[in-house]
Amino acid sequence: MADDTKLKQTPFHAYHVQAGGKMVDFAGWEMPLLYKNQGIIPEHEHTRNAASIFDVSHMGRLKFTGADATAFLSRMVTRNIEKGTVGQSLYSLCCNPTGGILDDVIVSRFADHWFMVCNASNREKLLAWFEQQKQGARVNIEDQTFSTAMVAVQGPKVIPMLSALLPEPLDELKRYHFMVQRYMMLISFTVFRSGYTGEDGVEIICSNTVAGMALKFLMKGDENTSILKPAGLGARDTLRLEAGMPLYGHELSETIDPLSAGLGWAVDLTKDFVGAPALREIAKDGPKQKLVGLNITGPRAARQGTIVLASGQPIGTVTSGATSPTLKRCIAMAYVDAAYAAVGTALAVDLRGTTVEAVVTPLPFYKRPK
Amino acid sequence: MAAPADRRYSTTHEWHKQDGDVVTIGLTQFAVDELTDVTYVDLPTPGKTIAAGKSFGEIESVKATSELYAAVSGEVLESNKAIKDNPALVNTDPYGQGWLIKVKAPGADLSTLTSAEEYNAKHG
Repeated sequence: MADDTKLKQTPFHAYHVQAGGKMVDFAGWEMPLLYKNQGIIPEHEHTRNAASIFDVSHMGRLKFTGADATAFLSRMVTRNIEKGTVGQSLYSLCCNPTGGILDDVIVSRFADHWFMVCNASNREKLLAWFEQQKQGARVNIEDQTFSTAMVAVQGPKVIPMLSALLPEPLDELKRYHFMVQRYMMLISFTVFRSGYTGEDGVEIICSNTVAGMALKFLMKGDENTSILKPAGLGARDTLRLEAGMPLYGHELSETIDPLSAGLGWAVDLTKDFVGAPALREIAKDGPKQKLVGLNITGPRAARQGTIVLASGQPIGTVTSGATSPTLKRCIAMAYVDAAYAAVGTALAVDLRGTTVEAVVTPLPFYKRPK
Repeated sequence: MAAPADRRYSTTHEWHKQDGDVVTIGLTQFAVDELTDVTYVDLPTPGKTIAAGKSFGEIESVKATSELYAAVSGEVLESNKAIKDNPALVNTDPYGQGWLIKVKAPGADLSTLTSAEEYNAKHG
C-alpha cells in the first residue's frame, strides 16, 4: 500500500547508506546531508582541492518536444534561448506575470528537443504552470526525473580524471555546453560542463537503469588514486554560497524578481516572455532592493532572516550565511535597500541582539584559480 | 556513542552531570551529529547567573546556529576554554573534553531529566 509520507529515493540511495550518508529530507527526497566518515567541511575542502561526486538526481529533468517547443519555452523563460546553439546550456529564470521567480533553471538545446533541469522543490509547480500556459501550443512535456539519474562531479581534478576515464575526452567541451557520449556503443549518457560549486567539472545524466553501473564505473576508475569522494547537500550549500550562486527559497522566490537578484544578464527585456512587462517597469527606475555579498566581522555567522542595519536602522535581510570553509570568515548574501548596495558600504547585522559589523563585498566571494 | 549512564538528559539534548554542588553541562552525541561541524561556541563568562529553561549561550556549526539551554539555575563557575580554540572537540568528544559549562547549583534536582537508558532508546 502506498505511503504518501514516504520520502522519494534516488537510484543511488543504497550507495549513500552504505557509504555512511546521514540521510535527511530535502524537497521530499531522502538525500545525504554529509557522509559520516567525512563531514561538511572535509567534503567542501575536497571539492575545492580535488574532486567530489554529488547525487543530484532529485532535481527535475523535463524534456520538451513538438513543433512549438522553442517558441513555448522562449515565452516561459527570461533568457533569449532562440540564440542558443545545439549543444549549449542556458541558465535562465522562469517568472510569473508580476516578474516574480517561479524557479531558476538550465535549458539545454538538443538537435530535436529542449531539456530543462529545475529545482526538486519546484518540479511539480513548474509542470502545472506549463500545462496551464500551453494554451493549444504544439508542445509535449515529458517528466524524465524518475527514469533518469544525475550526478555532479566537481573539482579541479575532474576534467583530466574524467577525460582519461570516459569514452571521449572533455578538454574540448566548453563551459555551459554538453555532449552525448556512448559507453561500449550501447549506453548513452549526457555530460554537461556546468555546476553549482564554483569549480570546474561536469554534471552527468543517464538512464536510471544504468545508474548503479555508472557510479561503480566512476568510483572504480578512481580506485588506485582515490581522488574522487562523495559529497552531500551540506557541502553543496557551502560551496555554492562561496561561489555567490543563488538558492531558490533563499535568494530567489516568487516575490523576488531577477533584476533585484542581480541576474539581469539572464534576462532579455527585448523578448516577449511571461513577466517581461513587469520587469521592464522595474528596470525603468532600477530595483528597490539589491542582492549583495557581505563580509561579517568575527566568528558568528549571520543566517537567513538576520536583519541588516545601516546606522542602526533596518535596511535589509540576510538570505544565506555561513562560516566559509575556504575563506575562513563569515560570509552572507542579503537583500538591502539599493542605496546601501555599493561595494564597501559599512553596514551591520543584528545577531540575536548583538550588532556585528558587516561590509558589502563583491560576489562571488570565491573564484577558482585559472 | 551511547549516552553515558552517569548523567541525565534534557529534552533539548544537553547532558547534566552532578558532582556535589556542581553540575557540568554539555551536548549529547545525537545533538552534535545533528549540528554537524561546530565552528564556534558562545559561552557565558564565569560569575554570570543562568536560569533553568533559558538560553545560556549559542553553538554555531557550518549548517546552523542553535541556542544552548540548562535545566538548572546557578552561577557559572567555569566555561570550557579548550573549545574556544578548538570547537571541533564538541563533535569529537561531546561527553568528555567537549563539555560546555560548570554551574554552582547546590541541591539541584535532576530527577525530572531523562535517564541515559531512556535517552538512548529514543536517540540511540
